[in-house]
Amino acid sequence: MRSEGALILGIETSCDETAAAVTAGGRTVLSNVIASQIDVHKVFGGVVPEIASRHHLEAVNGIVSEALAQAGVGWDDLDAIAVTKGPGLVGAVLIGLATAKGLAFALGKPLVGVHHIRAHICAAYLEHEQLAPPFLALVVSGGHTSLVEVTAGAAGTQVRLLGATRDDAVGEAYDKVARVLGLGYPGGPEIDTLAKRGDPAAVSFKRTLLEDGSLDFSFSGIKTGVMNYVHTQKQADKPFHAADVAASFQQAVIDVLSEKTRLALEQTGHRRLVLCGGVAANSALRARMQKDCDGRDVTLFVPSPVYCTDNAAMVACAGYEAFQNGDFDNLELDAYAQLAL
Amino acid sequence: MTEEELRRYGASVAAGLSAGAVIALTGELGAGKTTFAQAVAAGLGVREAVTSPTFTLVQEYRSGRLPFYHFDVYRLASSEDAEELGIEEYFYGDGVCVVEWAERVEALLPPDAMRVHLAYGPDEGARDVVIS
Repeated sequence: MRSEGALILGIETSCDETAAAVTAGGRTVLSNVIASQIDVHKVFGGVVPEIASRHHLEAVNGIVSEALAQAGVGWDDLDAIAVTKGPGLVGAVLIGLATAKGLAFALGKPLVGVHHIRAHICAAYLEHEQLAPPFLALVVSGGHTSLVEVTAGAAGTQVRLLGATRDDAVGEAYDKVARVLGLGYPGGPEIDTLAKRGDPAAVSFKRTLLEDGSLDFSFSGIKTGVMNYVHTQKQADKPFHAADVAASFQQAVIDVLSEKTRLALEQTGHRRLVLCGGVAANSALRARMQKDCDGRDVTLFVPSPVYCTDNAAMVACAGYEAFQNGDFDNLELDAYAQLAL
Repeated sequence: MTEEELRRYGASVAAGLSAGAVIALTGELGAGKTTFAQAVAAGLGVREAVTSPTFTLVQEYRSGRLPFYHFDVYRLASSEDAEELGIEEYFYGDGVCVVEWAERVEALLPPDAMRVHLAYGPDEGARDVVIS
């Protein structure tokens, strides 16, 4: 059985997940297939771009076919093909883009290029029928840390960037701290787990809040604080507890995210908050945001972990928005490493 | 050097750079490579925030006196990978390149690249800087 609504195939290859999905009417997920390369990149402590591109190339056709098969949808049933155009690793983005263009051309279907961050925000629609703009979104991932305002305009949904990181993304800070503590990759889940056994008040790392009223972020100071601490302890031959360092680091990061979000809610007056992106799968962050929102009469929307990390259902969902507005791209659509919202 | 001194020094280095300059940065995590790169960018007059290139590998900035290309090649497995990315086109191009974890692309660095090694100093927060 197929639900009503336009059928959108979404393709996502901007980092280390090769993903394809089919949604009906934007919000109903008919299939969501993801091939992760995490095991491949673990040995290097991070995504290796050329390796990532090769794996995407090998995986993408099979993943797309699987997504259609699981959805019970044929090529001709599709109404549009949505694909991540950036930001991301250009070589990786290009694989998905070339696949989508080929399909769009061969099938004679419209092509929709999707902004990766916008897709992460749309992930919140998938399981929350009642969610609609206006709302505030905190997007936290390995490559991004942004506060975005989403409003409904005459020409469709409008997004406005309110603040972003000036140096490291949250997920990147997690990966680097995990590296120094000798933990695995990706660092987020490792630190989240280890932190549960540590004392978040053991070490006080400086919370960088920047100028008064600023909604930008800076995490390199917290990261360097951890490096300095670990280095100093080692120099002095003093033992340190990795669990305490992990818990204290995580506490500092969450304090900053919480404070900036509070400020953004205050400045904009929004009563709905979307927490999304790979780091939104972090249990301590989810718990803190829930507590903050409960205390402020704000409704929190967080996608399930499978829709927080990179996936193609969110791309299809974002593509549906553009599809409704007739906002299509032609076959000259390019891939972008950096791309404004 | 303190962080403030490192920033001043990076900005002063920028004043003497011309198109095709490559600065090869080495040093462990947290040693100050990105801080130094940001200082060079500021010295060139780059107005945007110089964010970490760890995820994207290279970030490009065109608001300064010269184009500024900021690399983090930590995750490249070898010089061959970097070659495939076309890193040499940047090195012998129209702007200034600052490369973090430069030892990973040693074979591709121009012979006249400026080498800056950063290390943790004896005092907390201080860094040793070795130029060659």
